[in-house]
Formats: sequence, structure tokens, C-alpha cells
Amino acid sequence: MIHGFKIHPDDNVATLLVDAGPGPVVVGGPAAPADLTLAAAIELGHKVALADIPAGAAIVKFGVSIGLASRDVHRGEWVHLHNCRSRFDARSSTLDVHTGATTDTRYE
Amino acid sequence: MNDPLARTWSGYLRVDGRKGIRNIVLVIYTVECARHVAHLIAQDEPDTHVIGFPGCYDNQYAIRLMLALARHPNVGAVLSVGLGCEYTQPGKIAEVAEASGRPAAAFYIQDVGGTRASVAKGKEIVADLRARITRDTPRVPMGFADLTLGCECGGSDATSGLVGNPCVGRLFDHLVDRGGTAIVEEIVEMIGLRDLILARAADDRASGELAAAYDKAVAYCQSVRQYSVSPGNFSGGLTTIEEKSMGAFAKSGARPIQGVIRVGERPPRPGLWVLDSVPDPHFMGFGYTNPNDTEGIMDLIGAGSQLVLFVTGRGSVIGSPIAPLVKVTGNSRTYGRMSEDMDFDAGRVLAGEITLDDAALDLAAMIADVAGGRPSKPEALGHREYFIMYKHQDTPALAQGCRTNG
Repeated sequence: MIHGFKIHPDDNVATLLVDAGPGPVVVGGPAAPADLTLAAAIELGHKVALADIPAGAAIVKFGVSIGLASRDVHRGEWVHLHNCRSRFDARSSTLDVHTGATTDTRYE
Repeated sequence: MNDPLARTWSGYLRVDGRKGIRNIVLVIYTVECARHVAHLIAQDEPDTHVIGFPGCYDNQYAIRLMLALARHPNVGAVLSVGLGCEYTQPGKIAEVAEASGRPAAAFYIQDVGGTRASVAKGKEIVADLRARITRDTPRVPMGFADLTLGCECGGSDATSGLVGNPCVGRLFDHLVDRGGTAIVEEIVEMIGLRDLILARAADDRASGELAAAYDKAVAYCQSVRQYSVSPGNFSGGLTTIEEKSMGAFAKSGARPIQGVIRVGERPPRPGLWVLDSVPDPHFMGFGYTNPNDTEGIMDLIGAGSQLVLFVTGRGSVIGSPIAPLVKVTGNSRTYGRMSEDMDFDAGRVLAGEITLDDAALDLAAMIADVAGGRPSKPEALGHREYFIMYKHQDTPALAQGCRTNG
């Protein structure tokens, strides 16, 4: 059973196929690392870093840059809105990291 | 010899040579004030769908889309209903439908005299139109080469890019290889992939069209400060529009892109096409694009898709008028939770139960079933959501319509 999938050999993140962690997980796909330990729980569909990624470096999935690390990201760490920013969309960096809900819209 | 892509079924032949997989009466209202009456007319009438435009002031884009829908291959006849004081003219819509070989009628509610009288008159007309197209429409064999399929994705999660959209992409490769037509939408969900999409262009002309449409989409998103990515996408594990784009673009498969069409236009020849639904820069501003999934699906139907595939990882309960919607998910949890609404579970690929190739062929078999008359799940549930809005893809001169010099 694999817990996560690395899509492209150049990727530095894998996608979780099940809710997993913290602890060791098995990642499938091309040139996937032999072992990986999740620093904390990560949900299905979310990404985990397969290598240390310094701030400003590209987050690579599908073999293309899907954004830039907004701070140093460590191997085994959850990669999402809190440490990866779009090269286009500034607003997404303001969203709630767990729910994706907006924080800049007034309801009254 | 069990190739689902070789299957044929009985279709409906239209005067322009296109073939439909349904034979419906389409009721079109021309202003919000006529909406309730139009829906009462269609209520409990078999094979009768409703679309309409809410605005009183008319809009060339919306009229072009409604005329494309009135002449859709799945549409046999048209009834257009107006209130009586709006700009959009129901009689003109009926004329265009009639010129395309479809029986058509139109009336104003104000002329007929109120809700009940209009509903009674409308139902009488619909019954007559249905009898005529049931009797007169030739049935002909059709297969995948006769199909135009559109694909939209919405409510995406990480499985959409892993298997949901790649499954449709593989199917589209088969469709194109068989001589059919495939249309993908959502240029705003190609942002970040400029070089990749240009590398897929069939020729220089297609490359130029793709570059112009891409650059317009980026300018649009910058202008409205909003990208085509929603809270549910982020919650499902997508972090950036670039990441979502890579997943969304997977639904285009691997064949060359022949060019870009705009809303209300049809692909001029078979193959893979990109539909641009982004508004042009205009004196009223860009306006909105892709306000919801239904709008994109309407655009794909307007381009002649007899059936539309909707890929949704998180699940959705929408359907569509005119062309059946087949809902595909790459997330088996979503399929299990919403199996009443979701047609196809591509998540079996992620579970290692079947290959992506198997999934694409399974999907082709389901499409042949639905094309042959079996209702898709949203169709059976009665979902007929539609959405037509003000938009500009016409770029008139700034001063047009205004007398600014006395």
C-alpha cells in the first residue's frame, strides 16, 4: 500500500492518496524516495515535501513550478498556503490554511 | 472485438447535417420577467428544457449564445417567450431557429394576457412542436466520429489532476483519433502554463490564437484581482492556481490543439479545440468570467457539444439543459458519498484496481450508453441548471451607442 504519489521524476513534492502521518509513509511513482517520515498529519490530496526546499525556490509538481517556497520547507513537511505562494495569485496567500476560507471579505 | 469507441447508436439528423443524441423542445425566455412563466410552461412536459437571459437590456454575446443553443443538434424545436417590453426579441430567435429547419414559435406574455393564459398557450405550442419533431425527425446511426464532447472541471481537488482530468484527456485522445471533436474550456485555468499550451498548438495560427487568449486571461485575472481557484480547491489540497492549472489542463489529453473558438462559435473542423469564455477588455470593463461551473458548461453546449463531461473531485449536484452532463470524479470517497449524483468513479485508478487506459475505455462505454438514450444521473434527477449572463466578446468602439458630441 502506498500513502502518497510522486507524479514526475523532477517533483520535489508528492500528493497524499490517504490521510496519513505523523510518522513513516510509503511514496509511489517515478524516482520516489525509499523512505519518508511525515512531520505531522497530512490530509488526502495535500502535498508533502520530498526534499528540503529553501525559501524562494520552486515547488515542483507535474514536473513544472506550481509556485515558490515562501519560507524554508523541510523534507516531510506539509506544503500548502503557509509555505508556498503562487507567482500570479496574491490573494491565495491570505486564505485560511485549513479551510481555504477568505479572511479579507467583510460580512457586516 | 469489444471496443467501446466502435459503438454506434441511433441519433437525430438535423437539416445542417449534424446529429443529436436527444430531441428536445427548448423554451427560451428573453427577460427575467418571463422566467416563471417559461418554467411553468415546461413543467411536467417530457423532453422540454428551459434557458433564458435575465437582462432587459440586450447583449450581443448572450444573444449569440442563445442562438447557438437554439440550433444545437440536440434541439428539435424552439418556443421563445418574452414579456413584451425588453430589448431582446423572442420573434427574432424563433426566426433564426426556423431558418435552421426547426419548427419554432414565439409570443409576448403582455399580448396573451397574463400568467395562466400564457402558460396554457405555451403548453399548447410545446405539445404541437413535440408532436411535429417526434414525427418528422429522421433517425440515423451515429458514433464517436459524429460527437462533439466538451469537458469542464469544477469543485476540483488533488484527485482531479491525478486521475479525473487525465482520464478524460485519454478519452479525448481516442475521440480525436476516431475523427470526433473535443472542446476544453477554462483558459483562466491554464495560467502558469503558457509555454506548455503553446507547445501543443497544431500550427502557427493556433499558436497565435492560444497566445492571445492566454495573455488576455492573465490580464483579466490581474484586472479583477481574482484567479479561478476557490476555497474548496485549497481545502482539497491545491495550493496555487499554477497547480490547479496543471491538473485542469490534463483534460485536454495529448493531441495537437487546432485553435481557439469563442462563445457561440463551433469548431470549424474536428479535432481538439480550446474555448475562450473570457470577456474582452471593453468600455464597461472586463465583467465576469466563469462565475460558476454552469456558465462554462453552457458555453461548451453552445459550441455544439451533444454531451458534456464534468470532472469534480469534491462532488457536485448540477446538471444541464439540452446536452446531458456526465459527472466524473477521481475521488472514490466522493463517489461513495454522492453516488446518486456522480456517474463515473475514476478513483479506481488511484486505488490500483484499473489502469488509466481501462478507465478511459469504461468512460467511453458510459458515453455511448448515454448517447444511445440512457439518462445520465443528473439528467434522471431532473437537473437542468443554466446560466446566461451579460458579457462582451465583441469589442465595439468606445463611443458606440453614445452621442457625446451633441
